[in-house]
Amino acid sequence: MNTIYLDNNATTRVAPEVLEDMLPYLADLYGNPSSMHTFGGQLYRKIEDARGKVAALINAEADEIIFTSCGTESDNTAIMSAVESQPRKRHIITSRVEHPAVLNFCQHLGRKGHRVTFLPVDRQGQMDMDSVLRILDEDVAVVSIMYANNETGVIFPIERLCEILKERGILFHTDAVQAAGKIPLDVKKVPVDMLTISGHKLHAAKGVGVLFIRKGTRFHPYVIGGHQERGRRAGTENVASIIGLGRAAELAHRQMHEEFSYLGGLRDRLENGLLNFCPDTRVNGDRHSRLPNTLNISFEYVEGEAILLRLNEYGICASSGSACTSGSLEPSHVLRAMGVPYTAVHGSIRFSLSRYTTEEDIDFVLEVMPGIIRELRELSPYGRDVLTCDKDHMDE
Amino acid sequence: MWDYSDKVKDAFLHPKNVGEITDADAVGEVGSIICGDALKLYLKIDKDSDRILDARFQTFGCASAIASSSALTELIKGRTLDEALTIGNQDIATYLGGLPDQKMHCSVMGKEALEAAIANYRGEPVLKKEEGRVVCKCFDVTEEKIRRVAMENHLTTVEEITNFTKAGGGCGECVSNIEAILQDVWSLKPAEKPSKPKKLTNLHKIALIQEIIETEIRPGLQADSGDVELIDIEGNKVIIALRGMCTGCLMADVTVNGIQAKLRELVNDDIVVEALQ
Repeated sequence: MNTIYLDNNATTRVAPEVLEDMLPYLADLYGNPSSMHTFGGQLYRKIEDARGKVAALINAEADEIIFTSCGTESDNTAIMSAVESQPRKRHIITSRVEHPAVLNFCQHLGRKGHRVTFLPVDRQGQMDMDSVLRILDEDVAVVSIMYANNETGVIFPIERLCEILKERGILFHTDAVQAAGKIPLDVKKVPVDMLTISGHKLHAAKGVGVLFIRKGTRFHPYVIGGHQERGRRAGTENVASIIGLGRAAELAHRQMHEEFSYLGGLRDRLENGLLNFCPDTRVNGDRHSRLPNTLNISFEYVEGEAILLRLNEYGICASSGSACTSGSLEPSHVLRAMGVPYTAVHGSIRFSLSRYTTEEDIDFVLEVMPGIIRELRELSPYGRDVLTCDKDHMDE
Repeated sequence: MWDYSDKVKDAFLHPKNVGEITDADAVGEVGSIICGDALKLYLKIDKDSDRILDARFQTFGCASAIASSSALTELIKGRTLDEALTIGNQDIATYLGGLPDQKMHCSVMGKEALEAAIANYRGEPVLKKEEGRVVCKCFDVTEEKIRRVAMENHLTTVEEITNFTKAGGGCGECVSNIEAILQDVWSLKPAEKPSKPKKLTNLHKIALIQEIIETEIRPGLQADSGDVELIDIEGNKVIIALRGMCTGCLMADVTVNGIQAKLRELVNDDIVVEALQ
């Protein structure tokens, strides 16, 4: 059975070009870049080369790029650095729909005595700028708002946020893990102070992340030890993954324009097909400001885990915001923050595409999905009366 | 991905006895769409022998909820009502070759639907809303249910209660209440607190504080590359200095409070700990 992988917001396939670039550093070239001898020391240049490529992806300078072990470490480092470098400021602002790497870290700091504001979002998952303006005060140490949401793909107005915060001299961090490589990022045009990227979300390997930190921003390291990353992040470099990330960033940068329209086309084909073929479905998230590869769609009256397991039988990989898949008995915090009705949250499915997704993949999903939904609805005590009515979805 | 047995997978992919019985003699409904799973059970019952002639279900829920419903109908068909009532949630789980711990509540839902249906048939008050106070507001679970499920399944921890009833799996506010109910169910005595010495001379007090800092407090801090030094003791005021990684740590206040709490617990309630800056 073929695997149809539509869960690319969870992780992505390592691009063959990336793997090829990495292999020598997992085999013969195993040196330590900090060593004095050529065997190890030569790797230092390779890492700097990768740094330049990652910088180019977001139009940063190479020395503004710090390699970390993952997106979570970058997020934690950014927030902690902002807090430690301004000990008198005790207010942290973030949103209710952040990734746990930011959300839970801010909650943790809240328990340690910081004041944390979790900004709400509207029904489209969008941010209300007035609510941001209202909450800003002299006490704000850092604002951390994601660039694009991992569950819905909704892109936040980061440029506008930057303007507001720059005016007031407030530090701004953005978790761009889902945005990087999918939409153009330019830290000169959108002058965030700190920005997080994760390697494995853009066809590099797991175990490498990036923190962009603007020149002139006060920085406190989070991982303390050796002098690596110019004293800003200790620990021996994940050489192979960093070199692979350089290549992945280069590929994403070069192909971004082309991939944007390719993914958008496939996603819209999937979205329109599902809305047409399955009654009582709804798209979650702002369709006018969304990553091209992400579709979050709810099938009313059926439960997400049941849908995933049926899809799994066909080799189709996706994910769900239902309670049964979260491991916590509570359904998706993102969809609940958006006020999506519980009936729809439980039946939410996220499809996330990549450059390796084909039109055949999408058509196969469209072929099997209506049957899966129909069968599960026949099992369900709810929505009997709506089974025969396919008019509601026609206005989409 | 949940680790489902082959029987669960099979019962989910090919469930038996699906659908409505339009002229059912009994209907039992439990759960709600808000909670994420719900089961409606329909029974056809022979009036003379009290035997279940047919059983069908409709379920909204995950794979194990659907599999549990299918298993339930298979288990009760052909049995008398009294026989059926002896079936426990564990029997449903066993029939399916076991359920993952976090999914045991699906089997409990099956048993409850059966009880509700039979109560409905016998004209007994509907068991849908059990008596007693609601402990878990997120999932609407009563104390009665927690007690019953705990005893039937020999559950001793809050985590197990959450797996079987969902109680405590939402906001977490009721966790301490569940703990108290479990202690009561199993008549567990609360862990004995080390007794405080009654009256101490100053000399004894100083020695005791020194000992507690050395044996109870420093090892924990040193494990996190921190340390503490006892500077002075004035009456009930204990003056310390944080060292190592504790210096300037964001959590310094928490650490000092922790030390104070420990000393209050083991020495006397009036101890005040102050850290030198």
